[in-house]
Amino acid sequence: MTIATTEMPGGEVASAAKSIALPVAAGERELRLDLFRGFALWLIFIDHLPTNVLTWFTIRNYGFSDATEIFIFISGYTAAFVYSRAMQDRGLVIASARILKRVWQIYVAHVFLFTIYLAEISYLAARFDNPLYSEEMGILDFLKQPDVMIVQALLLKFRPVNMDVLPLYIVLMLFLPLILWLMQKKPDLTLALSAVLYALTWQFDLHFEAFPNGFWAFNPYAWQLLFVFGAWCALGGAMRMARILASRITLLICVAYLIFAFAVTMTWYFPQYNFFIPRWLENAMYPINKTDLDVLRFAHFLALAAITVRFLHKDWPGLKSLWLRPIIMCGQHSLEIFCVGVFLAFAGHFFLTEVSNTAWTHFFISLAGILIMSAAAWLLNWYKAEVGKSGKRAKSVENDADFAGGDA
Amino acid sequence: MRVAFGIFLIAGFLAAYPARAEEDPGCTVPAYLLTTESKLAKVADAIKMRKQFDILVVGSGSSLLAGPDGASASYPARLEVALRARLPGVTVHVTTDTLPKKTTEEVAKGLSPAIEKLPPASKPALTIWQTGTVDAIRAIDPDDFRSALDTGVEALQKAGTDVLLMNLQYSPRIESMLSVTPYLDTMRVVSQQHDVPLFDRFAIMRHWSDAGDFDLLGAVHGYAMAKRVHDCIGRALSTFVVDASGIKSADIGVRR
Repeated sequence: MTIATTEMPGGEVASAAKSIALPVAAGERELRLDLFRGFALWLIFIDHLPTNVLTWFTIRNYGFSDATEIFIFISGYTAAFVYSRAMQDRGLVIASARILKRVWQIYVAHVFLFTIYLAEISYLAARFDNPLYSEEMGILDFLKQPDVMIVQALLLKFRPVNMDVLPLYIVLMLFLPLILWLMQKKPDLTLALSAVLYALTWQFDLHFEAFPNGFWAFNPYAWQLLFVFGAWCALGGAMRMARILASRITLLICVAYLIFAFAVTMTWYFPQYNFFIPRWLENAMYPINKTDLDVLRFAHFLALAAITVRFLHKDWPGLKSLWLRPIIMCGQHSLEIFCVGVFLAFAGHFFLTEVSNTAWTHFFISLAGILIMSAAAWLLNWYKAEVGKSGKRAKSVENDADFAGGDA
Repeated sequence: MRVAFGIFLIAGFLAAYPARAEEDPGCTVPAYLLTTESKLAKVADAIKMRKQFDILVVGSGSSLLAGPDGASASYPARLEVALRARLPGVTVHVTTDTLPKKTTEEVAKGLSPAIEKLPPASKPALTIWQTGTVDAIRAIDPDDFRSALDTGVEALQKAGTDVLLMNLQYSPRIESMLSVTPYLDTMRVVSQQHDVPLFDRFAIMRHWSDAGDFDLLGAVHGYAMAKRVHDCIGRALSTFVVDASGIKSADIGVRR
């Protein structure tokens, strides 16, 4: 999303950052990245709750792609930005070690969320007895074999609904050292290889096995394309695309495609208008495969990103406004806020099904969730600033990368 | 602006309520959920010419209802009752063949033998195939699910019956554990490709839940509600089948 006007790593920026004692001077952060990642986190939270009024404000209702695409792209972008700098400064081994430390953090976060999920469904399994849904409750059969289930969860093979993003992220980050190493030498080749892998995935149906059966809901073989594309943009690709992005033809194509996607999406919600879509088009389009990052979804994300970059400039004063602070802060602590969001979605779901279920409760739970996420982000900001003050002299350079890298 | 929008919403809610009060079972289905472009020609023929309408319901656990009177309260039995009331002078008979815990692929293999073993006189004009739930629970690859559906629908058509697909139940509590969207999408695609009607049980039940007809989400559940839901599905299904067959009341000599 940041394309065109981004500062590139290396040279001036890196040395400037090092010479400043504060962990990343305020002006240096690409606030648009934080803004959209925060936005994606809010949307992911709302989409994980049962449908309610706020759901109508999430982008998945107006086109093919959704918040996941934004999240993975920006994650690729920031990770490449931060760790490629580390790789240039400290070398491949140190940078890889830092990336692996990050992978470990994400893994621990995933296991923590899994524990909470387990507590929730165990409670439901014990209480829930409705003859109407006796068949659907078969989904809880795995609770009869906790030993197998827990081991499979630790192996990332057993992932309940709504817990698919972190395992994907873990796999993508594991391969980041390799991606970065190659990308620093041959960026376009790396992107091409990634696209080839994506094509092979579709051709040969490559996938990750899951437990007890099935496959990963987000196929890393396919979704890596978005992550690598993010990295490629961060390492200079965006600059080279600047001319294409600025052209009027690109704009027209993007707008036309977004309108098309919008119209198609509307027929899902108002099936009475389905007859507007010819059968041949339906046969060609559907099903729009989220697991393997359907080309229609990828294109939709590209169109959204191109238009956003064109009209939202890096120095837009609104980015500094108080109103956008909460969302930007959430984006700056993406892992923590993502976990808080998943937890809140569990809790909100639980509250809605077990305690009260009115349109107003839905609305207030969504709102409360967003407030809690923002408050948590503020707390993390405050804590990091305090830690930064006390440890400034000893580890300023390390902190510098970690501050941004902590959220890569 | 915001106030106007609020009033608009409230007016919408108010308008939605009285509409429901008119029908007795309290589970109206909006017309668009019961419209289909696909036609059930063999059904029309059976009703008009032969005055004998045999239906086979192939389904998994959600076509059954436990309990002492479960067999007569489940939706296939309720469909039979509703069709008999709707089609006087036609012998309606519904047979149920349930295979709990079997995936679509497993069911698809046995479909044509199941029809062949029936005596020729009671070969169904229509097979209602309820499926998808077990596949969602077992997270079957949607591609495999799709080819299994293809196989099954083709086998049924070859065996000489009209086919109607029925998708999953809407279950708000299980939404957090079960990912149903790929299976719903696939069933829609397959129904369009083979030009067979799809009874969108999921959307219909969600409509009932949203409209407040059933508290599918609430803490108090019971056998009574399950029976009511099955009754409503049976009724809606009978409307859907008759409409898709293109039969008018005049065709069967009903005067109302």
